[in-house]
Amino acid sequence: MIEVRELTKRYGAKTAVDGLTFTVRPGIVTGFLGPNGAGKSTTMRMIMGLDRPTSGTATVNGRPYARLDAPLHEVGALLEARAVHTGRSALNHLRAMAATTGVPRSRVDEVIDIVGLHDVATKRAGGFSLGMGQRLGIASALLGDPSVLILDEPVNGLDPEGILWIRRLMQSLAAGGRTVFVSSHLMSEMALTAEHLIVIGRGRLIADAPVQDFIDRASRNTVRVRSPQAVALYDLLIGPEITVTSAGRGVFEVAGIGADEIGDRAAAAGIVLHELAPQQPSLEEAFMALTHDSVEFPAVGEPALAGAGRAAA
Amino acid sequence: MSTTTVAHRPPVRGELKVTQPRVMRSEWIKFWSLRSTTITLVAAVVVYVSIGLLASSISTGGGTGPGPGGGTSNPTDISLAGSTFAMLVLGTLGVLLMAGEYSTGMIRSTLSAVPARLPVLWAKVAVFAGVVFPLMLAASFVAFLGGQAIIGAGGASLSDPGVVRAVIGSAVYLTGGGILGLLLGALLRSTPAAISTLFGVMFLLEGVVQILVPASWRDTAGPYLPSAAGSAFGAVTRQADALAPWAGLAVFAGYLVAVGIAAAWRLKRQDA
Repeated sequence: MIEVRELTKRYGAKTAVDGLTFTVRPGIVTGFLGPNGAGKSTTMRMIMGLDRPTSGTATVNGRPYARLDAPLHEVGALLEARAVHTGRSALNHLRAMAATTGVPRSRVDEVIDIVGLHDVATKRAGGFSLGMGQRLGIASALLGDPSVLILDEPVNGLDPEGILWIRRLMQSLAAGGRTVFVSSHLMSEMALTAEHLIVIGRGRLIADAPVQDFIDRASRNTVRVRSPQAVALYDLLIGPEITVTSAGRGVFEVAGIGADEIGDRAAAAGIVLHELAPQQPSLEEAFMALTHDSVEFPAVGEPALAGAGRAAA
Repeated sequence: MSTTTVAHRPPVRGELKVTQPRVMRSEWIKFWSLRSTTITLVAAVVVYVSIGLLASSISTGGGTGPGPGGGTSNPTDISLAGSTFAMLVLGTLGVLLMAGEYSTGMIRSTLSAVPARLPVLWAKVAVFAGVVFPLMLAASFVAFLGGQAIIGAGGASLSDPGVVRAVIGSAVYLTGGGILGLLLGALLRSTPAAISTLFGVMFLLEGVVQILVPASWRDTAGPYLPSAAGSAFGAVTRQADALAPWAGLAVFAGYLVAVGIAAAWRLKRQDA
């Protein structure tokens, strides 16, 4: 279990992490989401004891990381891609890591096999592709068979097969009762992997909820309705709690009323419907809606586009 | 949140604790698993011995007369003349061992395995000293004995006063210079910054002091510069203003301790 309480990190005038409080529980994969620059890596580095918080605390299994007696047995981490000396082979890197805490050589060979680096284990890590580097990082995270795994953007640089592999690995680790905390800026990836999401933007907590709740909360469920009797339909539907916006010729996006009731009302009034479709926002859209105010470096063209999108919706 | 959580595994047993000997074992593996380490060590020995032998064969073999350009003409010191060049090589090795962790990102792996941090620095120093000192000691004796064989009649013997101390002292000075590089690497976290600082201090500082500092200060402060103090211990002949050998060693060790404290402070306190 990872517990973060009022965690804050300032670099001069810039606040990278601002009063974060959350708990990462064992047994499920917890996604840590936010746009680039939201403070995900900084938060993870503070949990790992690499960076010192300006204020607040982060504990793993109830203790600050720096006070763990055998850290590799309690926490396995993949922090950014390259935390390996480029001149050293994968095997020797893992042997050196293992030696700090008395992990036997047999376990080193085991994790090399688990991540599929057997054929390149004696090659210099500097020659590894990004994907191979990620696998090596995961191998060192697994060395001590820890109860907590912290993975910063683990799918970066992996091919589709590798992505599938790590997704299954994370889920099986969580199923075995471990705490799995994985960051990503890709909502779609988290939708497939995580059960619970912690979303931050500009260093602040935006959401801490199960994936499904997160979608429900972020979305304004709308129904797309198409009818040749558009004017009559508009008059029929419009009301104090209900918004109807035009989405093209004879097409409306209706919010505040369910698809069933729209259908019932239209039938009662004898209005013909050609389309009646509840609109599930994608997770990606939900994520954008939540974080669009906290993107650190929005693209110049984006505000206009986002505005147009909202007006149409 | 429930008040108690069942741990995934039983509490960590003592045999899995991170200990200083284990960190040393880890650093030992790291030391020997970089190709550059072996190459650098071989280069240091080759440079140290071959330049000593070359200097010995060039020298006329006179043991008493003043040498050209104010240089030494003591046969022991001539045979150990390669130490200046070996210092360049070993200092670089020392810097790379620590600063290389920062330039490659390895430091994050290292410190996540050893969050107490300081054991890493002590282990690196211990492994470096444990490998480099015996090697340089052997090289010192080879350079001395080979050099004296070349010089022949005018040569020194190990039983001459100060000779054994100078031969061993050269190895101590070289090891210390390498450790200074390692500590500067930890302090500055950058290979170029640490190498230029080390070379500046060990090779240029005496010259700069000669040019820029008033003579009265120069004579007082000059012998206390790291390179002057350290080399006083590794030479038979004593330069005009130089410290006595053991005083030189003490001053040189003082510099190592001071830089070591600064390096330890930064390693412990600052974000990795």
